[in-house]
Amino acid sequence: MERNLMKGNEALAEAAIRAGCKCFFGYPITPQTEISAYLAKRFEAAGGVFLQAESEIAAINMVLGAASTGVRAMTSSSSPGISLKSEGISYIAGSDLPCVIINVQRGGPGLGGIQPSQADYWQATKALGHGDFQLLVFAPNSVQEMVDTVIKAFDLADQYRMPAMILADGLLGQMMEPVTFPEITSKPLEKPWATNGHGNKREHNIINSLYLQPDVLEKSVIDRFKRYDEIKENHAEAELYKTEDAEIVVTAYGATSRVAKSAVNMAREQGIKAGLIRPVTLWPFPVKQFQKTAETADKFLCVEMSMGQMIDDVKLAINCSKPVEFYGRTGGVIPKPSEILDEIKKYVGGAK
Amino acid sequence: MAVVFEKPKSMADVTLHYCPGCTHGIIHRLVCEVIDEMGIEGDTIGVCPVGCSVMAYDYFNCDMIEAAHGRAPAVATGVKRTNPDKYVFTYQGDGDLAAIGTAETVHAATRGENIVVIFVNNTTYGMTGGQMAPTTLPGQVTQTTPYGRDPKLMGYPVRVCEMLATLTGTALAQRVAVNSVPHIRETKKAIRKAFENQRDKKGFSIVEVLSTCPTNWGLSPVDALKRLEDEMIPYYPLGVFKDENAFPEKEGE
Repeated sequence: MERNLMKGNEALAEAAIRAGCKCFFGYPITPQTEISAYLAKRFEAAGGVFLQAESEIAAINMVLGAASTGVRAMTSSSSPGISLKSEGISYIAGSDLPCVIINVQRGGPGLGGIQPSQADYWQATKALGHGDFQLLVFAPNSVQEMVDTVIKAFDLADQYRMPAMILADGLLGQMMEPVTFPEITSKPLEKPWATNGHGNKREHNIINSLYLQPDVLEKSVIDRFKRYDEIKENHAEAELYKTEDAEIVVTAYGATSRVAKSAVNMAREQGIKAGLIRPVTLWPFPVKQFQKTAETADKFLCVEMSMGQMIDDVKLAINCSKPVEFYGRTGGVIPKPSEILDEIKKYVGGAK
Repeated sequence: MAVVFEKPKSMADVTLHYCPGCTHGIIHRLVCEVIDEMGIEGDTIGVCPVGCSVMAYDYFNCDMIEAAHGRAPAVATGVKRTNPDKYVFTYQGDGDLAAIGTAETVHAATRGENIVVIFVNNTTYGMTGGQMAPTTLPGQVTQTTPYGRDPKLMGYPVRVCEMLATLTGTALAQRVAVNSVPHIRETKKAIRKAFENQRDKKGFSIVEVLSTCPTNWGLSPVDALKRLEDEMIPYYPLGVFKDENAFPEKEGE
């Protein structure tokens, strides 16, 4: 298959077109603007709609409108912009609409910085808006995975009628790697619920998240959570690397997992039994994979580009059965393999 | 026997939740009459606001979407851009359109989004119990202006049609009222024109309808209609503020 050298953001945008995305609504923000720029150039010829909105708030509501009519819709932003979108994301979830949202994370809080960060983990997995709901959250760690996950995100979003997020970071968005575009095999789903004009052939459809009767609202939320249970059962993914005999298992996602893997390899060269478990989906969190790893590992070391957010889920996944240590850099600082190796050494062989 | 009057087909056969004397029902009906007369119910998608007409999705028989507060023009943009051959309208109140949704409204207009906006101006936030709206008149008593709206403290009411008429993307900006039979007839004509503009791809069309809120104004329905005439129309003059094709180069395409 043909391999192309592409920037993460551009590869993701191309993959979205190939996945059958029909429209993109966005607002400029660093470090994700290449997605907009690529689609502005390429989308119209590919039969898609590109529109630069007046705000992140408008962009996500344009996505809501387009998704309501049954077409595949996408928006992308970076951390501060995702905060603005959270209102619309809650409405999209409450209206059971599929869409894909890209967050190329940068340092925060506030205006923060424009360098890579993973400080939006809590936001993406726990609180992307008001109310009881979840998003599918994917954490690619290469340009190739940016491509693969965006295709999967569209499919699962449609299948479960819910928003999906690609939680990338400035490092993945900006770096170039060779990439191949897989053939799209999935068929577009029928969407009999769509509000695209009933053509006098059916009753009118309503896309709505308002339920004034508490018992009716409760039931709609419970029904949604039943779908979430199905997703947790079937779609939690993780990559396990040299964990079988590992005494210490490093865990990291996204770009950080690449650095962590280097550190694990360096540790192995020095005779330290280190391994890596990398969540590919952050929601659903790969609980079973962590539990399996915890059967043999003595200790976990969670590495993040934040002050420690995923670590809570790691502890919960293994029910605190093994110690979970933390190492993180934040504000746009990327940890070095040597820093992680030093941490590994701190916890291995009783040399603490 | 010849039928001389009936409920429009595109209007659902359900009881509306609006207060006695509220003019939302008239405006709903006029929109439905236009949809029926143009024969476009099957090709129309409506977008509801947050406000008194939040549940209008149950009252129109075309496909309907319920938007977040103020975001209806953005939602409608998403619908229209991906379904350019369908008719898309929003139905919004004054708080929704002229306060929290100002950016969405202005930018939908300036882009010349080929949609219809039905803007119901009753100078108050009705659903939440009658607070000051961006359109509340100077001196008007509301829950949050208990001593009357003082422009020195709360600023002046916004004249939406006049503002949007300055934008190139606006095809139609017309203010009408539903306090008398002649005015109601004029309102229907304006709504029809707005939908025809959309059919002819002329750009953004807004029909501002001066409406009453007897409940929150503390007036009888009849006195409320009188207030509309005596106090609202002098501040919000009726008329056409803009009527031209925003995209003349597209004509004949």
